Formats: sequence, structure tokens, C-alpha cells
Amino acid sequence: MNETYGLRINGRDEQVREAWLGESLLYVLRERLGLPGSKNACEQGECGSCSVFCDGVLVNACCLLAADAVDAEVTTVEGLGAGSTPVQRAFLDEGAVQCGFCTPGLVMAVTDLLQRTSDPSETELREAISGNLCRCTGYGRIFAAVRAAQQGDAQ
Amino acid sequence: MTDTSTRERADRVVGHGLGTSAPRPDGTPKVRGQFAFSSDLWADEMLWGRTVRSPHPSARIVRVDTTVAEAMAGVHAVLTAADVPGRATYGLEHTDQPVFASDVVRYHGEAVAVVAADHPETARRAAAAVVVDYDVADPLVDPEAAIDAIPIHPDGNVFRHVRIVHGDPDAAGDVVVEGAYEVGMQDQAFLGPESGLAIPAEDGGVDLYISTQWLHVDRDQVAACLNLEPERVRLTLSGVGGAFGAREDVSLQVHLCLLALATGRPVKMLYSREESFFGHVHRHPARMTYRHHATRTGDLVKVEARLVLDGGAYASSSTAVIANASCFAAGPYRVPNAVIDGWAVRTNNPPCGAMRGFGAVQACFGHESQMDRLAAALGMDPVDLRLRNALRTGDVLPTGQRITGVAPVRECIEAAVAHPLPPPAADDPLERPGGAGLTVDSADVRRGVGFAVGFKNLLYSEGFDDYSTAAVRLELAADGEPVATVHCAAAEVGQGFVTLAQQVVRSELGVERVVLRTADTGVGSAGSTSASRQTWMSGGAVQAACEAVKIALAARGGDLSAGPIEELREHHHRPTSPLDERGQGDAHVSYAFAAHRAVVDVDPGLGLVRVVQIATGQDIGRALNPLAVIGQIEGGIAQGVGLAVMEEVLVADGCIQNPSFTDYLIPTALDMPAVAATLIEQPEPGAPFGAKGVGEAPTISSTPAVVAAIRAATGVELARVPVRAADIAMPQAASRGAAQT
Repeated sequence: MNETYGLRINGRDEQVREAWLGESLLYVLRERLGLPGSKNACEQGECGSCSVFCDGVLVNACCLLAADAVDAEVTTVEGLGAGSTPVQRAFLDEGAVQCGFCTPGLVMAVTDLLQRTSDPSETELREAISGNLCRCTGYGRIFAAVRAAQQGDAQ
Repeated sequence: MTDTSTRERADRVVGHGLGTSAPRPDGTPKVRGQFAFSSDLWADEMLWGRTVRSPHPSARIVRVDTTVAEAMAGVHAVLTAADVPGRATYGLEHTDQPVFASDVVRYHGEAVAVVAADHPETARRAAAAVVVDYDVADPLVDPEAAIDAIPIHPDGNVFRHVRIVHGDPDAAGDVVVEGAYEVGMQDQAFLGPESGLAIPAEDGGVDLYISTQWLHVDRDQVAACLNLEPERVRLTLSGVGGAFGAREDVSLQVHLCLLALATGRPVKMLYSREESFFGHVHRHPARMTYRHHATRTGDLVKVEARLVLDGGAYASSSTAVIANASCFAAGPYRVPNAVIDGWAVRTNNPPCGAMRGFGAVQACFGHESQMDRLAAALGMDPVDLRLRNALRTGDVLPTGQRITGVAPVRECIEAAVAHPLPPPAADDPLERPGGAGLTVDSADVRRGVGFAVGFKNLLYSEGFDDYSTAAVRLELAADGEPVATVHCAAAEVGQGFVTLAQQVVRSELGVERVVLRTADTGVGSAGSTSASRQTWMSGGAVQAACEAVKIALAARGGDLSAGPIEELREHHHRPTSPLDERGQGDAHVSYAFAAHRAVVDVDPGLGLVRVVQIATGQDIGRALNPLAVIGQIEGGIAQGVGLAVMEEVLVADGCIQNPSFTDYLIPTALDMPAVAATLIEQPEPGAPFGAKGVGEAPTISSTPAVVAAIRAATGVELARVPVRAADIAMPQAASRGAAQT
């Protein structure tokens, strides 16, 4: 069953034309709207690589039908800003990026965390990104990046 | 604030040569979601490929009927073994794996056919509509039985038997300890599943954009199966979402190119996570028996070991993995006498091959468990026993090879134990074993400390002519400033070779601006991104090309205005020898050592473990990019911790039981311990810049260190990894269960 519907992504109205309604938001972002920044690593909501904001709430885009996001305000990693945000700069400066496949999802999760709380405890930090799997870094440099981003925000 | 930070960044860019934590050139696009991984590729008129896989680990194929699938709207091709124009098989070292199974299937998930359709969902339905009638057979799943069983492949069931006999095989010690150990099947679990895009070319060839560890060896295998000259199969590296050995072998490369050539359209394939578990090799499961002999004062006299690695259905790199496991079976110790038998065998289990640590990981769990057992029998401190026997430069390995490079085993051990122990567990219930499950009472938690040392070879061994190629071009840019361009086929898989290549050029040529051309088969081979080899081999090739550019520039009196200078060089490491019939020979170039101390909290009644801290000392030669080195050490330790306490591909009667990230668990941010690392910098003679590859050593001894810590906390023997809760809480019941499977 194919339908045409509208989505609002990164502040822009987008038309999804004649698309199968079974497509996930992740698929539509990546394959129909030219926004491949959200990654597909597990497609069952375990790895967080596809994290986006849906009406300000951090969600796994793989577990949401695109048609269910009609009327929602969706923000992807491409929509965080024209340049690099303090979180993105901290990931670079602290060595939190290796292969980079998990990075967009982690940037979204850390952005979400620091929007909710400016000074997370160690446990809050680990809990907040425990839904984002990284296989390269062992997370150490990612923790450092979060602390650096916090200090950058505080200045 | 913005001005200051911008200026600081600009200051740091100047002089980002060797020894600095230079930033990644691909970092900005990666954090912004603009870096193109192979799964992000897209082309006009692109089709989607999908593989048809066997649900059985062993069966005869009676009939394959593609007519229904072919007739479906949107389906453009359905291909089987009959459609392979060239060689019907591929393989990394032995071409024994069919592009498509045609007569028999030998593992759960083996490819039988592939389809191309205009939508991934259509492709999925078409793949499901391909009818394959199987005559199901009993799978051969016991690696011990496989040695003498009726061969399940024309090439036989034994991939390789390595026998190392060193010194006096009849030597005996005052104290003898024996043990039997097992390692489960680990998955590399890179985050970016297999993917690529093949585009048919006007010359009848094909362009393949792909995630891989070695472009040229992929190209040669693809070209042979397509029956095309290698020049007409052009590979370009796309963004690689991690590798860890799982991209050494061909997965979807041949299938993609066949579909592109058959349909005349670009074809993309992207494995789901489930298919990824079937689509690449895993770390070999191992069964090992050991007997260690020592004097009463704790000097090792002899090590006897028998290692059986289950290679699964096809050879992959099993012959090299078992050589490594055998060569390093006794650990980084002086062992005057040794008898080591290593077997890598074929079964109907999932194929196994390269994973970070490559054979040394399995052996290390065996030899380090034995060293603890020996220390207990001697009444010695486990660290003292290791220090007493630690290898040094000039010592001889069980292969008869003398270590000529640096071997700071003692320094690694001393550095690891010098780190302060972590404070006692906080009262936060989330920091107890089991974390958010909140099932553990703090009164039940016991802390344990364990220790292990490991090592492995760097670069390729046993006589392989290992080399890398790099071209460096120096010219004046439009603004009159010099710019250098590097062309090297080394696969960047996340490790940071792209950063290192820029650092080498900056240091060698003094040029700030360094452009990296995309890695492709338009330049000579760089060899594989594996065996901790690219810093040494491709770093060495870039350095050699820079040297040649400098000489050419000097011959011109230093004047670049006459035009660009471009030089291409290969770097070969010194020759090595094969192992002889007694497993003796100068088979290896260099070694990397590391020691790990693990601290764990355990609830023995529930079997729950929290790894609190890993302290390490690692032999790295020289830190060319300290931040990148730390990233490799922490990331490698995470994979070692995973093997110790959670990661296993569960296989029952040849079938994978947990092909998903819901059921195959890798460490999360909550599982990862604190890491305290000391870099041991002793430049390696003969290595470019004195640097050793750093990627593998962290993964090797971190696993047995964690298990030793759990043993120390609980007193349970724990002869198998990963350690499951039941192994701790119900050790007798758990071992009965293991015996039954």
C-alpha cells in the first residue's frame, strides 16, 4: 500500500511520495530524503545509532514508522546546526571518534543528556548513553568528550 | 570564547606531526553525520540485493526453483551457482567456499542465491519466494570428532595441524599442573553491517564501492569469480563502520558485482544485523588442554599443549590462526622445552577466521589460567611467577626463534601493577554487579583481583611477502603554498591510518597541508588492515615515498615551481621463514606485549559480575599519536572484557541461536570498567619510527585477567569463557550442562 504524506524534518516540510507505509522513519530519512546521517546498525532499537529527536524526545528512528511521525517535529544529526556544536567539537577534540558509525547517534544522546541536566553524575552519564553501542572506543574518550562539552557549555 | 577556542585550534594545527595527538581528518564529517559509509551510498536507478541463505547447517540441495521470485513485480534478477561465469569458489588463503552452494550446504546461513529488486522489501519477499528443496543431513559439529570423521568437503576436514617440538620433549619438572580450557565463539560485532554498491561499467567491468580491510585481495577474488581481468574490477573504499577482522573475507562483494553485471544497473546491498552474523566469520572457538612443568623455585621447565580450533565450514584464515595460537601457546615466558599440537578443523559450524588477536586470544586464556594454577601449586604470588619467567630480548621462543627486538614484558607487568587499586565500591546500588537490576545486596559482594600477560606477532609471518605501496606528490597549490597528496590503498576502518599518514608527511616533508586521496585499487596493494600492521607497513611506505620526494626536490635545488614531484614506493618488512616439520623457524618479524590487572566485584550467589577497573602496561614502541593509542587500548580492552563475561555466538546443532544485538551482548557504557594505562615506549629496531602496532595486544590478556579476578573473588575454577552467571553460582550444574552440549 503506497501513500504520499508529509514530514517535518530539521525545520523543513518534506514530501514522501508514493511510499510503502511499512517503511521506518530511519529508512525514509536515509533512502528517500537524502539524510543518511542516522545510521542503521541493528534495526531493532538496541544500538542507538539511528537516534533522532521526535518532538524533542530521543527515539530510535528504526523502531518508528515514518508514517507515524507525520505531524511531529523531527530533528536529525544533520539538523543540529550549520557548524559543529560544542558536543560535536568535544567528540573531535577528545578522540571519541574512531570508525564513526555510532557517532551521530551518540552525539544525539549526549546532546539530549546535556539538555536535560547540565552536570550529570558518572552514573547518569553512563546510563544516558548505555543505549548507544560503540565497538571501537570502549567509551573512555566518549566520557571525556561529555565532560569537555559540559565545560564548554559552562563557559 | 569562540575566538579563543578557534585560535587555540589553529595553533594546535601547526606542527601536527608524529608524536602529537593530531586530529582525525575525517572527524568533522563523522560527528556531523556527513561521512559516507558504504551503507550510505546511493545511485540513480539503483536496485537492492538480497541473499537467500540455507536454514540448515548440513544438507544436500535437491532443487532450486527461482521462477516464482523471477516473476514478481519489481524483481530484476535471481542468480544461483549456474550464473557464476568464473571460478565457483573464493577464499582468503584457500579457495574452498562456493559463491553459491549448488550441491550441498555446509553451514547455517550459507548463500544459495541472490536477488535484485527495486525496493529492499520487494527483494526480501523475492528471496523468501526462492524455493530450495533440501535433503537435510546430520551436521558434523564436534571439532575433535572432525579430525577423523568422513570429510564434509573435498579438501578434507583438517585445515592444518601445527606441531611444535622444542628442546627435550621428555623433560619434566618438580611441579606439574594440568588444565582444560574452552573459549566460546566471539563475534567482531562491528557497528556498520556489510554493505556496498556495485555499478556496471561501459568496458564490461564493474566499479565496486565497499567496506573492506584489503581492497586488492577482494578485487582478485571478485575478478576470478566474474571471469574478468583484475583491471576491469575497480574497488574503492567506502566509509567502513569498524572491522576487527570480520572484513578480511569476501562477504557480499561477488554477489553485488554479479547482480550489477546481470541487471546492467547499480545494485546496493546492506546486511541486516541478523544477516551480518551469518555473513562474516567469527573468532574460532577453542578447546585446549595444557600441562605445565616447573622447578620448585618457579622456573618453567616445559609446556605441553593441545589446541583444537573449530574453523567451521570453510578455511578462511584458519591455517594462519592456528599457527599463531600454536606459536604463542606458551605465553610470553622463557620455556626451554615445549610440545605443542595445534589443530584447525572443518565442521558444519559457522565459518571462523580473523578477529583482533588472531589465535593469540584463545591461547592466552589457556596459558594464563595455567600460570595462576602453577603459582597456586608453588605457593607463589602470580605476578612474581610471571616476572620470574618473563621473556626478554635475546630469549628463544618455542619455535626456536630468538627475540631480537624489544621485549619489555617485565616493564609491562610492573606498570600494570603499579596503578593504584580502585576505591571500594560506592554505596550506589547502580554500581553493584547487575546494575539497574538492583538484585544484589552489597553485603554479598566480593572483590577480586586478577592478572594476565599476553603477546602476539605484528605483521604477516611464515614467509609471506608482506608489503604496502604509497605514492606521495608534492606541489605548489594555487595560493603558492606547498601541498602534499598521498595515495595509499590502506583501509581506514576507524583505527586512524588517515591521521597517521598526514602526520608522517608533515614530519617528513615539513608540509602542513596534506591531502589524502581515496583508497582504491588504482594504486598498488597496501596489504590488509590487520595483524597490527598498517602503522608499520603503510606508514613505512608513506615515509619511503616522502624520502624519495625529498631527494628529488633536493636535486632540483629545492625549487617546486617547475612542477609537481611524485614518487611511489613499496615497503617490505624483513623476510621470514615458514615453520618446519617440528614447528621451528624464524617465522615472525616482531611482537607486541601487554599486561592487564583486572578488578571485579562479584555476587557469588547470583553469579553477577561487575568489572571495576582494568590497569595495563603496553609495549607500543613509540606513541605516534598518544590519543589514538589510548583509544585503541580502551577499545581493545572492551572487547576482551566482552569475551570474558558476556560475548558468545551460541551455536546449537550447527545453528546460530542469537544473531541480534538483543541476544548477542557487547559491553555498553554501563559495563565498561575504568581503564588505567601506561604506555611503555622502547623504540623497536627496524620499525618505521620505532612504533609497534597497538590494536591487538589490549584484547589478548584482558580476558584472562578478568577471569582470574572472578576466580579470586569466588574460588570457582572457571575453565571457560565467556563466564556465565551459572558458571559462578552453580558451577557443578553449569559444567554438567556444558558436557551435554
